[in-house]
Amino acid sequence: MILKIDNVTKNFGGVTAIKETSFSVAPKEIFGLIGPNGAGKTTMFNIITGNYVPTSGEVIFRNEAISGLKPHHIVRKGIARTFQNIRLFSSMSVLDNILIGFDFQARYGFLESIVRFPRFITEERRIKARAMEILDYFGMSALAHEKAVDLSYGQQRKVEIARALATNPDLLLLDEPAAGMNPSETEELGEIIKKARVDFDLTVLLIEHDMKFVNQLCDKVLVLDYGKTIFEGKPADAIQDPEVIAAYLGDFHND
Amino acid sequence: MNTLMLKKEQWLKISFVAITVWFIWFSNSHFDEYTIRILNNIAIFIILAVSYNLINGVTGQFSLEPNGFVAIGAYVAALLLTSPEAKQYQYAIVDPYPFVLTLHANFVVALLLGGAFAATLAACLSFPVFRVRGDYLAIVTLGFGFIIKILAINVPEVTNGSLGINDIPEFSNLYWTGGIAMIAVIVVLNIINSKFGRAMKAVRDDEDAATAMGVNTFKAKTLAFCTSAFFEGVGGGLLAALLTSISPDLFDFFFTFQLLIIIVLGGLGSTTGAIIGTVLVMGGSEWMRFLDEPMNLLGYETTAMPGMRMVVFSLGLILIMLFAREGVMGKRELTDLLKWRRKGGK
Repeated sequence: MILKIDNVTKNFGGVTAIKETSFSVAPKEIFGLIGPNGAGKTTMFNIITGNYVPTSGEVIFRNEAISGLKPHHIVRKGIARTFQNIRLFSSMSVLDNILIGFDFQARYGFLESIVRFPRFITEERRIKARAMEILDYFGMSALAHEKAVDLSYGQQRKVEIARALATNPDLLLLDEPAAGMNPSETEELGEIIKKARVDFDLTVLLIEHDMKFVNQLCDKVLVLDYGKTIFEGKPADAIQDPEVIAAYLGDFHND
Repeated sequence: MNTLMLKKEQWLKISFVAITVWFIWFSNSHFDEYTIRILNNIAIFIILAVSYNLINGVTGQFSLEPNGFVAIGAYVAALLLTSPEAKQYQYAIVDPYPFVLTLHANFVVALLLGGAFAATLAACLSFPVFRVRGDYLAIVTLGFGFIIKILAINVPEVTNGSLGINDIPEFSNLYWTGGIAMIAVIVVLNIINSKFGRAMKAVRDDEDAATAMGVNTFKAKTLAFCTSAFFEGVGGGLLAALLTSISPDLFDFFFTFQLLIIIVLGGLGSTTGAIIGTVLVMGGSEWMRFLDEPMNLLGYETTAMPGMRMVVFSLGLILIMLFAREGVMGKRELTDLLKWRRKGGK
C-alpha cells in the first residue's frame, strides 16, 4: 500500500468534517473519492498534503507517518496535488509555472545564482529541458512562453496537472479535475490521466462528481458522506448501493 | 532557441554595464557639480528602490521598512568612517561610549558592515513576521522604522541624539554610487531570474499553490527581505558619505513613503520600473524647481510660489496612476518590451 489513511478524524471547532475514516490506496491504482458536497473530500486532501493536521489518526505514505509535516516537505516526499478551482501563478508564463514544480529539484544555492556560477547555468538548463519535456508530453510546448492565465480553461487544467507532475510525484491528488469541462474535454482528460499513470509511474487519488468519468477511470472508489465512509469498492457497484443512493438523493423509505 | 536567448540576455547585460560605465564617466567629466549631486541622489535611490521592489513588488509582501534599514546602514557607516578626532568634539549631549570613538574602518568595509547589520536585523524580524500571513509585515515594519528613529534620538551615547553625526568624510562620488547601483541592479535581476526569484513571484501570485509545489515560502520571503535590507543598508551608508552629516529626522516615514511612490509609479514588481520611477521622481522634482520661481506666463508676471512644483508633481502622479494603474511598466521588464516589439514586427 502506497498510502494508508488510518482512522483519521478532523474537527473544526464543534464540527466533525471527517470521522474515523480509514482506507488504503494500492500502488498504480486510480482511486476515486466521491460523495455529496460537504462530505469532507477536500478536507481529506488537505490532510494528506499537510495543510491540515488531523485531530486524531495517521496518514502513512510509503510506510512513513507524514501527518504533521509541513506541506512543502510532503511534496518532496512524492505527493503532488491540483486544486478544485484552478490556481496557476497568474503573472508567470506557462514554462515558469512548470519550473516552480522543479524548485526543490534545482541544485544550486542563493549565492551561486547571484554570481551565475556554472552550476547555476547547467542546473537551469537541465530543469528547463525537463519542463519542456513535460509540456511536450501534454502537447503544449508551443504555449510555453504564453502567460498561463491567457490559456483556455481546459488548457489551464492541463498546465495545473503538468505543474504537479513536475514535482516528480509518486502519488497525484486531483481535486475535481473535470469540473467545468465539456464532455469531449472530460474524455480527453481521462485519457491523459490513464496515460500519465503508466508513463509517470503514478498512483492517482481523485475527487470527482462526474460519475461517468469516475466509472470509466477509477479502479476503486470510496464514498464519503458527512465525514463517514459509506461505501468502498468498485465504482460500478457504488451506483447500485442503497446507502450511496440515499446519500445523494435522500432516503425515500423513511420519508 | 534556448541558448540563443541566454546569449541575448548576456548581451543585454554587457551593454547595460557598458552604457552605465560610459554614462558615469561622461557625467563626471561634463556635468556641473549640481547635476552630479542629483545623479548621485538618483543612483542611491535606484539602489533603494530596486531592493525595496524585491520584497514589495516581486515577493508581494507589503512592507514599510526602508527608512529603518537605511538609518541603520547610515549610522553604521557614519560611525565607522568619521575620524575619532572629528567624533570627539561632536558629542555635546553626553559622553559617547569609548568604543564609539575607537571604531574605524575604510569605506568598503563600512558599507558592507552597514548592509550586513541591516540584513541580520531583517533575518531576526522575519522569524516572527513571516510565520503569519497577511498585512502583519506592514505593521511590524512600520513600527520597526519608528523604533529605529526613536533609538537614534534616545541613545545619544552612540548616535549623538538629535544632533546627529557630522563631518563624515565625503567618500561617495558618482563612481561609487553609480557602480554600486549597477551591482545592485545586476544582483537583484540575477536573483529574480533564478529559482529563488520564481519562488518569490509564486509567493506573490498564490502562496498556497506555491507551497503545494514544494516551495519553502518562508525561505523565499526571508531571502527577499534580507537581500532588500542589505542593499538598503549599503544605500544608507552611501547616503551618509554623500551628505556628510546625518540626523534622525532624515529617516522618518516620509523617506519610506517616497520610495513607495517610486516603486508604485514605476510598476510594482518591475526592476526596470523601479529605475524609471526613481529617475522620474528624483529627477522630475529637481527639474521642476523652475516652477517655484517667478515666471512669465502668457504675458502675466507671476510671483515666486514656493511649493508650486510639488502641486504640479502631485498632479502628474495622480494622472499617471489614473491612466497607468499598474505604473509605468506594470510587471514588465525591459526585456519583455523588446520581445513584444520583435513579435509585433513580424
